[in-house]
Amino acid sequence: MGQIVLNLFIANKFSTEDATGLTATVMVAIGALLTGLGWYDVLGKFAGAGSAVPITGFANSIVSPALEFKREGFVLGVGARMFAVAGPVLVYGILTSVLVGVVCFLAGTGGG
Amino acid sequence: MQSKKLGEQTYIFSHPLPILSTGSVVGKKEGAGPLGSSFDEIIADPLYGEKSWELGESKMVRRAMDLALTKAKLTFADLDLMFGGDLLNQLIAVNLAARHVPVPFFGLFGACSTFAEALGLAGIALDGGFAAKVLVSASSHYQTAERQFRYPTELGIQRKQTAHRTVTGAAAAIIGTSGGGPALTGITVGKVIDAGVKDINDMGAAMAPAAVDTIERHFSDTGRKSDYYDLIVTGDLGSIGKSLAQDMLAEAGYEIKNNYADCGVLIYAPEQDMHAGGSGCACSATVFSGYFYSQLITAELQRILLVSTGALLSPTSFQQGETIPAIAHAVSIEKV
Amino acid sequence: MDYLRAFFVGGLICLIGQLFMDLTSLTPGHVLVLFVCLGAILSGIGIYEKLVLFGGAGATVPLTGFGHAMVQGILEQTKKKGALGIMSGIFKNTSMGITAAVILAVTMAFIFDPKG
Repeated sequence: MGQIVLNLFIANKFSTEDATGLTATVMVAIGALLTGLGWYDVLGKFAGAGSAVPITGFANSIVSPALEFKREGFVLGVGARMFAVAGPVLVYGILTSVLVGVVCFLAGTGGG
Repeated sequence: MQSKKLGEQTYIFSHPLPILSTGSVVGKKEGAGPLGSSFDEIIADPLYGEKSWELGESKMVRRAMDLALTKAKLTFADLDLMFGGDLLNQLIAVNLAARHVPVPFFGLFGACSTFAEALGLAGIALDGGFAAKVLVSASSHYQTAERQFRYPTELGIQRKQTAHRTVTGAAAAIIGTSGGGPALTGITVGKVIDAGVKDINDMGAAMAPAAVDTIERHFSDTGRKSDYYDLIVTGDLGSIGKSLAQDMLAEAGYEIKNNYADCGVLIYAPEQDMHAGGSGCACSATVFSGYFYSQLITAELQRILLVSTGALLSPTSFQQGETIPAIAHAVSIEKV
Repeated sequence: MDYLRAFFVGGLICLIGQLFMDLTSLTPGHVLVLFVCLGAILSGIGIYEKLVLFGGAGATVPLTGFGHAMVQGILEQTKKKGALGIMSGIFKNTSMGITAAVILAVTMAFIFDPKG
């Protein structure tokens, strides 16, 4: 499927900054906007993992259900279904991070 | 009471039941496909002017019904019964449409086999003297199916090459007991067949065994040979399911490669990049109601066997790790 | 040079993700979960930090970077507060990303409609 074309990782052209939080926010904003405009699904068809794996993909996975379920209302639709796709990522990311944290703590290592 | 059954699963009606008219509306992509000109209307807006996709699909159902009625010069008062279905939870597309239609109604869920199922039940009701005019309908819609079965429509994921694309459209047909033209002559009611396929991205492989089972049963019950029909048409096996079915039937002694087509393969052009092809209740419903019905009227085709195929799974059954059960109903439609 | 390395690292990570998606029956959702967990584990072992030093945003932007950020947050807090840090540290570094995502999601839902 030609997914080896990796040019779509716009993310990678950003310079590394100390304010990684800000970078993350910007990436999220880009992903969110592209999702709102209806372009991210077109991008995803072409880029596959290239658009799903970066944090822009994370934003897409949160904004797209929010948009989709807007018709079912903001509380029961947008609110309740927002993490329908990203939920597992957060749940298991947290779980694994805690486990790793426990292991590191017990092993006495701090920081990587 | 004498049974009208022929063989194990087939009913040949005591006289042909003419399909008085059909109505078909499709979405933009279907309209842009190779069969685009055979549909009554192409609705470019997936919302059809409504507030949600579900309401849009429901409006398409009503439109198809209206078209069929107008063409047959009938009104709702002339109809005795309606059979209809769609893919949505609790059949909301057809139910919300039916609330505007004052005709006694049976809602059906057969997944993508709904159209043939409805035609078959209509035939049984008409042949049994329970009704004189029956309307059948089926619909599906890309966005409503995506958000219910798969993912939010704006999510950037890739679909596998074996996956199908749900057809956006609705079709309706009115069947009566007298008159000429293309007529319903029989149905082989399918059994649910589970071939052990779990991959929801490969519905063709899940449904092909059901189609083959019903088709074989049809031929053995009726004693007909595969060349009895000008065309055997499956609903939405797609490119993969189609070749699977063809091979399986050939192994069983039914060589159909010269008179076999699949609505899912026909409805989109390869350039439209719809992967394995179309699917959804509207696939076989609109392709029959538009394309094949007109070919029957002009006598390009004299006899066809329409085999709508459905995958009877739900997101819940899939997530629980269940395999995909499928069903196929075969209806014979002949020019009399 | 920074950009080239970022491009390479980010691209490689996504490439691996794509291979997973194409060659296994794992859904994209599964692959993303796998990646965030991998990032967390590699972070704990200390490998991911080296990847970040080499690849910069190429390592922090993909989802693996998210796992890394969560673990780093934990480790920083455990240094300061001991065991309590395990629970309090996860979102220290990732807070901005998640908060932004939620706020923007609701905003986008206000402004836009899904087009299908």
